Amino acid sequence: MKPLHRILTALGALSLLGLFVFPMWSITLEAPQYPKGSELGILIRINNVEGTRPNDLGNINNLNHYIGMKRIEVDSIPELKYMPIIVLALVGLGLLIAAFGRRWMNLVWIALLTAAGALGLYDFWLWEYDYGHNLDPHAIIKIEGMSYQPPLFGTEQLLNFSASSYPDIGFAFIALGALLVGLAWWLSRKRTTTH
Amino acid sequence: MVTPRSFLRGLFVLIAAISIVSCSKDNAPSGGALSGDAAQRVYVAPGQKDEFYDFVSGGFSGQVAVYGLPSGRLFRVIPVFSVDPEKGWGFTEETKPMLNTSHGFIPWDDSHHPDLSQTGGVANGKWLFINGNNTPRIARIDLTDFRTKEIIEIPNSAGNHSSPFSTENSEYVVSGTRFSVPIPQEDVSITTYSEKFKGALTFVKVNQTSGAMDIDFQLLVPGFDYDLARAGKGPSHDWMFMSCYNTEKANTMKEINASQNDKDFIIAINWKKCAEIAASGKGTIMNVDYAHNVYDDAKQSATSTIKKSIRILTSEDIKGALYYMPTPKSPHGCDVDPSGELIVGGGKLATVIPVMSFSKMIKAIESGKSDKIIDGIPVLNYKDCLAGEVVRPGLGPLHTEFDGKGYAYTSMFVSSEIVKWSLKDFKVVDRVPTYYSIGHLGIPGGNSTKPWGKYLIAYNKITKDRYLPTGPELAQSAQLFDISGDKIKLLLDFPTIGEPHYAVACPADLIMKNSRKMYQLSENMHPYATKKESDTKVVRSGNEVHVYMTSIRSHFSPDNIEGVKVGDKVYWHVTNLEQDWDVPHGFAVYGAANSELLIMPGETCTMLWEPKQAGVFPFYCSDFCSALHQEMQGYVRVSNGGSGAMSWNKK
Repeated sequence: MKPLHRILTALGALSLLGLFVFPMWSITLEAPQYPKGSELGILIRINNVEGTRPNDLGNINNLNHYIGMKRIEVDSIPELKYMPIIVLALVGLGLLIAAFGRRWMNLVWIALLTAAGALGLYDFWLWEYDYGHNLDPHAIIKIEGMSYQPPLFGTEQLLNFSASSYPDIGFAFIALGALLVGLAWWLSRKRTTTH
Repeated sequence: MVTPRSFLRGLFVLIAAISIVSCSKDNAPSGGALSGDAAQRVYVAPGQKDEFYDFVSGGFSGQVAVYGLPSGRLFRVIPVFSVDPEKGWGFTEETKPMLNTSHGFIPWDDSHHPDLSQTGGVANGKWLFINGNNTPRIARIDLTDFRTKEIIEIPNSAGNHSSPFSTENSEYVVSGTRFSVPIPQEDVSITTYSEKFKGALTFVKVNQTSGAMDIDFQLLVPGFDYDLARAGKGPSHDWMFMSCYNTEKANTMKEINASQNDKDFIIAINWKKCAEIAASGKGTIMNVDYAHNVYDDAKQSATSTIKKSIRILTSEDIKGALYYMPTPKSPHGCDVDPSGELIVGGGKLATVIPVMSFSKMIKAIESGKSDKIIDGIPVLNYKDCLAGEVVRPGLGPLHTEFDGKGYAYTSMFVSSEIVKWSLKDFKVVDRVPTYYSIGHLGIPGGNSTKPWGKYLIAYNKITKDRYLPTGPELAQSAQLFDISGDKIKLLLDFPTIGEPHYAVACPADLIMKNSRKMYQLSENMHPYATKKESDTKVVRSGNEVHVYMTSIRSHFSPDNIEGVKVGDKVYWHVTNLEQDWDVPHGFAVYGAANSELLIMPGETCTMLWEPKQAGVFPFYCSDFCSALHQEMQGYVRVSNGGSGAMSWNKK
């Protein structure tokens, strides 16, 4: 690969660092009591789960006790500990690939990134399933057949709350990483065919 | 010859005639000159917000009411000088000290004149000051949470009417006494009024960052009735102007005996000079008790301190800082135009509205000429200070506000109207009736250097037939007028709480952006705060029982308490653990002899409960907080005798 391609590859790898700044995913909860502008929200980062506003997570946990949902406690989610390591490993690997300059390695990196992302989403879904189904049998509000799993992607009505779950800015940095590393692969192929 | 009696009879006939005219006018379906688009002008659609906050004095309710303009909707009543069981004001252990005075706890006062804190003569949205008339006090309200944070008693004053009227940068708020009294107080015959009674004009310094008030000095002046005041601005920045009547020094039947002089006065006080003289240590220190009550935001509790002395200045100490400007006749309002040059007197019984000129007054002072000297205070010549007179304005001029576009608006009590006149030639350009008997009037920023001259609000003393009747006690009212055009247009009537005296309005943005949503639990330094359920407890010390309780949707912790004995003093310290917007919790316990607690998120409030009989008594949340609000309750067991060991349930 030419220097340009190596730079693109390195930039692609480094763009994952955006995950340390921006949340990957966010869930917003709107209800008559929490209208637009005052809605509750959860931001999912690689190393933290927090409220969109300082008290949101506490308020969501407090409201969830009515349906018997477990409290969302950051310390109880081990993934938040090793996700940063995985991301840093991917960044390091990407930089090594840029140094080696082998085109096929770019594809391996993209495959690893996609696999990590897919696993992450699956894990996220598992947690959502757990929170939504594993309810306290003494819950205040019990509705036969009702579970409270928020959607992975999209909007769903859960009692008085409309829960929306969508990728956030951090996710765009994952996409950017894949795009740049892929672009380096593509451009370097074009260049070799013309020679 | 006009005797006082025939004059009053004439006045009565006049009032009767005017009310007949007004009634006949009122037969028109919309009540006078109501233009077709008035409804649209005041309609604030559901979910939309008003353009202005209007802070209206509650008069004999002792409080401040907050309305939106142009809708006239009431948002909140801020408790200030009177107890308010709805909010626990004056009933909780935290707020009881706020109503302490040198005469002990006082549950009521009469609040007349709100004034917003200012920077450069324009409202800055930080604080609202208001006077307590009956037991002289000044209160400061914090506009981030609409709560009274400080009340200072004014010693030697006997009726704090001429107050608080902030200076241009809120360096000072003032207090002029409406009733002169012996100073210091003594047991003397009332007939010694003219030689023994004095007026006290008090200057209260305001800390520019914290808002904290402190009496800097008090002027002892002749025993007149000091009525209303305005600080100068721009060129007159250093001066305070205060109207006074009863220059006759009458002590009985003042309605006649204090209405004899053709001219009374506006006293001009160079407060800057007085402050410098006070700072230099001149004057005398008088020993006198007065309460200073301060609410500490961090501790969420008030303390009351009885202070012991003030600095007194007399005309001897402050030569060249006090002047009387003659003003016809029994002046009430005393209002300064946006430029700071014109001082408008509202002579209740005068046939003209006198407009005094600040620059002419300075010239008159410099000329050294005076008509006479009263107790060391020169009386300047009326004509020397006069900028002009508004001729035949109407009857009973009281108060004047300004639109910033070259016009003044004066309320006319007797002829029940508002008169618009030009500041250029003092000619009347428009007039409009009010229903009925307008007292104060207000334009947003109408007392400032930059009025928002869009609306004018009349505050009326009587309503008669304007609303559905409610027995002999009728609503008092405000009326909203559009003053954006050449003609004053009536838009809306709305009833008010108590009796509205003065009111101040300002753009909503100025206050909205700083409005607090809750108290941070982490910043709660209340000595009895409980910040998590696992810390709740019940502690006995002698016959005092302290309950460290928490509330969160939808339960109290603890909610079963045993061990209380008849005769105990039980202090319920309830902390609202919520950190969510608009989730207050209430607390009420059976047989409590005070009020509920209404606890905002992150706040701790304390109720004292002294059970009189044995049994098991419920307590509950009195503010509908959540779907399980009805379940938010508990029991306390009260025993005759027993060990007094406390037990309670814990999560």
